[in-house]
Amino acid sequence: MIKGLAVLSFSFLLGMWCGQLLGAWLAINTNVGGVGFAMIFLLLSKEFLSRKGWWSGELEFGIEFWNKLYIPVVIAMAASLNVKSALSSGWLAIVAGILPVLLAFWVFKALIGKFNPTQR
Amino acid sequence: MSELIQVIDKNGLIVAFLLVGLLTWLTDLFSKKILNSRIPGSAIAIFLALVFGYLGGVLADGEKGLADLPLFQGLSVLGGSMFRDFAIVATAIGASFILIRRSGLLGLISLILGIGVFFISGVAIAWMMGYRDAVSLCTIGAGACTYIVGPVTGGALGASSEVIALSIGTGVVKTIAVTILTPVLARKIGLDNPGAAMAFGGIMGTSSGVAAGLAATDPKLVPYGAVTATFYTGLGCLVCPSLFYLLLKAIVD
Repeated sequence: MIKGLAVLSFSFLLGMWCGQLLGAWLAINTNVGGVGFAMIFLLLSKEFLSRKGWWSGELEFGIEFWNKLYIPVVIAMAASLNVKSALSSGWLAIVAGILPVLLAFWVFKALIGKFNPTQR
Repeated sequence: MSELIQVIDKNGLIVAFLLVGLLTWLTDLFSKKILNSRIPGSAIAIFLALVFGYLGGVLADGEKGLADLPLFQGLSVLGGSMFRDFAIVATAIGASFILIRRSGLLGLISLILGIGVFFISGVAIAWMMGYRDAVSLCTIGAGACTYIVGPVTGGALGASSEVIALSIGTGVVKTIAVTILTPVLARKIGLDNPGAAMAFGGIMGTSSGVAAGLAATDPKLVPYGAVTATFYTGLGCLVCPSLFYLLLKAIVD
């Protein structure tokens, strides 16, 4: 378990480092895309370890645990936010949450019409 | 009683595990028994958490929602940026290179299209509602992608806590909208095969919304949608605070 957690931590720190470097390079002095880089490193690590035959269910469990924890973390995050002030423009959240979804359904239909994935 | 308060005071993070666990338990039950799983328990839990955050803000008059009350301060640790980013990175484990390669071009196009559509329309709506600074516009546009991309972008750009909360609210509304509309519209839009499900996950992005919506449509499609949706948040976290922000800043200023 702890080995999987170590792989995850390694990927996380490496990705965050890249994000920090990119942020410094863009001169905005914050972490830019560290999470995205870390995800890529995690997938590369998994690929590498699988090829070597070092990947195991036990190892994956350490990462899977955190995978499952992400919704609870988001719940805790939502509860510790400044919702009171956001609510003054709360209908923005509703409009900006629904309208793009309808638009995206339409885009999806157009895309499927072009590609027709049933033939794949 | 004072002993119990001492214990709670010292073990804030553990208290937060208990609170979130109980909330999830209740909302899962509510979702299954009363709503027939039509809205996922997690989406209800996140909405309730926002409500509690509002109540906490009213009661404590602070900036950290419920976490401003001493009893609930652990929530800001569990929901802090370290745990949040760590857990998000772990979700990448659900994807595999082989499956990604199979979804190939269509998945990639749908991911780029999806992030573009949601970001641009989110920014446009925020603009119409009176936001004019690039940081707030970008954060709300990112929130229209998912409730993770919003706060990650807002955090990176130094957006205000209100705007970040708004971006999360937007993302949660999106998750629920996708969950409800997917089974309703699936037949009309040709969402009935694995390839289409991969494109769907890439365009919609919200992992919980896509998974719940596809489960209500056809459970066999869930992993295909999830495979591309997993990348949506990571890609969004990569481009929203960087490329999209710079483009937006160039347009706004």
